[in-house]
Amino acid sequence: MAEVTPGSRRSGRRLAVLSIAGMVGFFAFWQLLALSGWFPERYLPGPAKVVETMFALSIDKYSGATLWGHLTASIGRFGIGFLLAAAIGIPLGLLMGWYRWLDDIVSPFFETLRFVAPIAWVPFAGLWFGTGIGGPTLIIFSGAFPPCLINAYRGAKFVDKRLLEAARTLGASGPRIVAEVLLPASLPSILAGLRVSAGIGWQSLVGAELIVVGSGVGYMMVQGQLNVDTPIVMAGMVAIGLVGVVIDFTLRSAEGRIKKHWGR
Amino acid sequence: MSDTSPGDTYRPTQQARRVLIGLGAFTVAILIWFVLSATGFSTGGRFPTPTDAWRAAVQISTSPGYAGGTLFQHVLQSCRLVLLGFAAAVLTGVPVGLLMGASRRVDALIGPVFSLLRPIPPLAWIPLAILWLGLGDMAKIFLIWVAAFTPSVINTYTGVRNIDTTLIEAARVHGAGTRSLMLEVLVPGALPMIFTGLRLSLQASWTTLVAAELVGAFTGLGKVLSNAALDINPGMILFAMIWVGLLGAAMTRALEWIEGRALPWLK
Repeated sequence: MAEVTPGSRRSGRRLAVLSIAGMVGFFAFWQLLALSGWFPERYLPGPAKVVETMFALSIDKYSGATLWGHLTASIGRFGIGFLLAAAIGIPLGLLMGWYRWLDDIVSPFFETLRFVAPIAWVPFAGLWFGTGIGGPTLIIFSGAFPPCLINAYRGAKFVDKRLLEAARTLGASGPRIVAEVLLPASLPSILAGLRVSAGIGWQSLVGAELIVVGSGVGYMMVQGQLNVDTPIVMAGMVAIGLVGVVIDFTLRSAEGRIKKHWGR
Repeated sequence: MSDTSPGDTYRPTQQARRVLIGLGAFTVAILIWFVLSATGFSTGGRFPTPTDAWRAAVQISTSPGYAGGTLFQHVLQSCRLVLLGFAAAVLTGVPVGLLMGASRRVDALIGPVFSLLRPIPPLAWIPLAILWLGLGDMAKIFLIWVAAFTPSVINTYTGVRNIDTTLIEAARVHGAGTRSLMLEVLVPGALPMIFTGLRLSLQASWTTLVAAELVGAFTGLGKVLSNAALDINPGMILFAMIWVGLLGAAMTRALEWIEGRALPWLK
């Protein structure tokens, strides 16, 4: 609802003031509530205390590593699971879009398994692959895999039929059509899927670390919780949120660049 | 997958072929499972055999059950919490979304704070919820609310924002007040998006609850899962996972049914 009226600049300024007021009000309320003394600081630290804790955690180790050490461990796990999901999900989705028999075989299993929340794989992940690298990777994979597959499949299914007919008339084989027609044509859809799957993968990893893993931000937060140290828990939440934003931003800019490079 | 590309409608024979191949693939997979288990290929107690799964099903279905209750009690507990948390999120999220969509001032006031908190995934709230509220029902309801609130707000907001401005102006010209504008233009116009939000909210609720129960709970399906993991009982893990999937599917179907009744003009 972008209305361009003479008064719109002034109202724009008023809206900006409101935005700032909302932010300031939120943090002021939080800080005041923390200062009021109604709740002990180990249960409700103010925003200043959380920031202070984050700085302290970058220098001092907590449950085995600094905040950045924990984050690095988490991001490494996330990277492995996410790449694995993309490396299997995207080709499989494209092939399912072209070979109907493959679609007919895989779809029933996929549709059934999709209803199981990724986090419910935690017990089997630990039992089969241990709690080091393998287990968490399976959980990230089970969260990140469906969007990769679905978007590649949709992209392949909605490819302009004329392109396919042209490729077939010129004698292209099935694998070649998948690689040279379906893949480029469904790239926008695939990239959108990657962004969704990164979000779900990151959140699944956090869940996995809360339950089984012996390192990572989630583990640090559990230790903070067990020691009734809310500043640690909140610092972990902020760090997780920040990394999520960075991952999303990275993929978004990669998406923009690839789209531009590939030519619309 | 249920969707087909445009201009590519399945003829009945193709539909039948799909179902047949699907059923065949399932049968083959189950046969392989039976054969592998019978030949002792999957020994070591890490992979569930059909006997394991059956034994687990019998054990949890009959009193005294497993992990502090029978299957019925666990399912009831999980469903009750999801519905309570989901209802709380919808009853708060949809109005907030409507307000943010309808008024630019409310949007400017709440929007930035909201987008500041949004990147924190719901599962990351679990330790905080346990610290503040313990392992009981309140902590779970709070977590589900955190998870389900965001999709409700965002989709309602988008739904209101995407309503054709002409409609709103027409209603205004014809003398609609704020109340009737809200109830007769904005809510019906945003309803399809609101339902999209509800579906996402429900999924988030279910995932979050299972995770929260895995971390710590007294009853519930997540509790069954975590107990079975500690006992190294693959049959029970499998059985609990099947129920997690079944209930998730049932809830989605129920919401789709309600959506179909609430939005008859879209069918």
